[in-house]
Amino acid sequence: MKSGKFWAWVVFGIGTAYFFIPLLATFEFSLRMRRGVHSFDAYQVVLGDPRFQATFLYSVIAAIFTIILGVLVVVPAAYWIRLRLPQIRPIVEFITLLPLVIPAIVIVFGYIRMYGSSSPLPFLASDLGASALLVIGYATLALPYMYRAVDTGLRTIDVRTLTEAAQILGAGWTTIITRVILPNVLIAVLSGAFLTFAIVIGEFTMASLLNRPAFGPYLQNIGANRAYEPAALAIIAFAITWGCMSLIQILSRFAPKSANRPN
Amino acid sequence: MAEPFLSIQHVRKSYGANTVVQDFNLDVEPGEFVSFLGPSGCGKTTVLRMVAGFEEPSAGKIVVAGKDITRLKPNQRNVGMVFQAYALFPNLTVAQNIAFGLKVAGMSKADSDRRVAEMLDIIKLPQMADRYPYQLSGGQQQRIALARAIAPKPKLLLLDEPLSALDAKVRVSLREEIRSIQKKLGITTIFVTHDQEEALSISDRIAVMYGGKAEQVGTPFEIYNRPATKFVANFVGTLNVLEGTVTDAGAGRVRVNSQEVALKGKLNGSKSGDTLSLALRPEAISLARQPGHDTSLSGEIAEVHFLGSVIRVRVGIGGNTVSLDTFNNSTTPPPVVGDKADISFASGDMLVLH
Repeated sequence: MKSGKFWAWVVFGIGTAYFFIPLLATFEFSLRMRRGVHSFDAYQVVLGDPRFQATFLYSVIAAIFTIILGVLVVVPAAYWIRLRLPQIRPIVEFITLLPLVIPAIVIVFGYIRMYGSSSPLPFLASDLGASALLVIGYATLALPYMYRAVDTGLRTIDVRTLTEAAQILGAGWTTIITRVILPNVLIAVLSGAFLTFAIVIGEFTMASLLNRPAFGPYLQNIGANRAYEPAALAIIAFAITWGCMSLIQILSRFAPKSANRPN
Repeated sequence: MAEPFLSIQHVRKSYGANTVVQDFNLDVEPGEFVSFLGPSGCGKTTVLRMVAGFEEPSAGKIVVAGKDITRLKPNQRNVGMVFQAYALFPNLTVAQNIAFGLKVAGMSKADSDRRVAEMLDIIKLPQMADRYPYQLSGGQQQRIALARAIAPKPKLLLLDEPLSALDAKVRVSLREEIRSIQKKLGITTIFVTHDQEEALSISDRIAVMYGGKAEQVGTPFEIYNRPATKFVANFVGTLNVLEGTVTDAGAGRVRVNSQEVALKGKLNGSKSGDTLSLALRPEAISLARQPGHDTSLSGEIAEVHFLGSVIRVRVGIGGNTVSLDTFNNSTTPPPVVGDKADISFASGDMLVLH
């Protein structure tokens, strides 16, 4: 074996150990609920807990609405920027990165001050309004991932020429976006959607401060009061995230293949 | 005179202070195939895009079949277009690509299927209906793009350098196919190209463009044999340019490297002592005197390039160099560099460039 390849394997081995050892330790700990033997009791307790089911369902629904909102905002925006306003792309990229820089707690405190029950837009005056505000906040948090995923998808197609080809064949903007652009970036959109899903499922700060019955605050609550169940929940959360990543990989195989483009 | 089908009238296009098309005028008859020929940046694609509706003219108007379409959106013009980059929709099959415009127009599925089959027959790819664009070669993709463009029966067909991305052999066969389909359907067509051979071989008329203007509009024969400007003469075909001095403008006599040449006709607008550029096509020149050649110039063989069926010879005549082609003859050895040589031509073939 060449020395370069050997050291590459060593580095890979160290990286894998760094990642997997804590995970294996957590998994092993989650199996120790029954004294003296390994069992899935902690998982049974967690999955059987009605609060788990309720909060998980709430977060799944919030994630679905977040994805819909994100797609409705990001796809036309990213498409239009590529087509007509490429000069403002760096500015938009910077704006979409802001949620990574500004802590969620700052955003949510802003929301609370802006949309309190005495404000002109009293989102927080009702449960439904607060949930809508949570979805809007999640869409903001997911913006860096959703925008990049869609923008990368748009980069793989010749947006301008395809748009013009559809236009000259009589298509209007709705037809162009729904029948030409969206199907060709669907896999990228789904990648963004699964990343959004993964973010929403584990998010704590916004849901907690807006007092929403989401999965994140439930995770935190269990973690503060129990021993083995938090470890089981951590493994479940990992499994959900990995499931999402695997789906992205599987779906990317079905992406429409670009024909050879001369330019 | 009959109304032109397409009339481009005093069209100008500026981007800020940069004017890329200036006072462009062209009338195209129904069923005519007109090529816009010119180097990169001459404005030919911009004119085409204005006809398509992708660019709005800064001034002037565009009329199709008597209707002013200058301010109409591209999807309201009923114009078909084939792009250099094929622009097939990657997520749709060949049949779905061809049916796209028909579906948008609200055609029933049965009629659309019939039309798609008809189009696939016209482009001779009936077996490709269920393939995706990535499964096709460049030539096949461009034929599908052509079928897609003509399927909705557009009033006008625009071809934006459709052959540029293809290899040489496919280019030749596809251009002939495009021309034959265009003739069969009788569709008025504008073809943009920078390839003079393409333009000369398939066009009814050519508009040679330079600097945002049409330098000359004429049949391929006129453009090649009677170029109106120095640019057209230089751009279309290979041209030998000889610098000469007028010795007798009234008699049309010019001195080229101390040798007198008599041109056909007077040199209007010139006087003795003026310098002139004289142009000769290589095929008008021969090494030996041919029947009908009334003029000869003496020089020296400067270069000889053996190209198989043809031998390209460059002859130095003072400060000028003249290229000419002779057919290869297996019994006659090629000219030798450094040998004295007389070139001959008919004075009527010599053009005075302005």
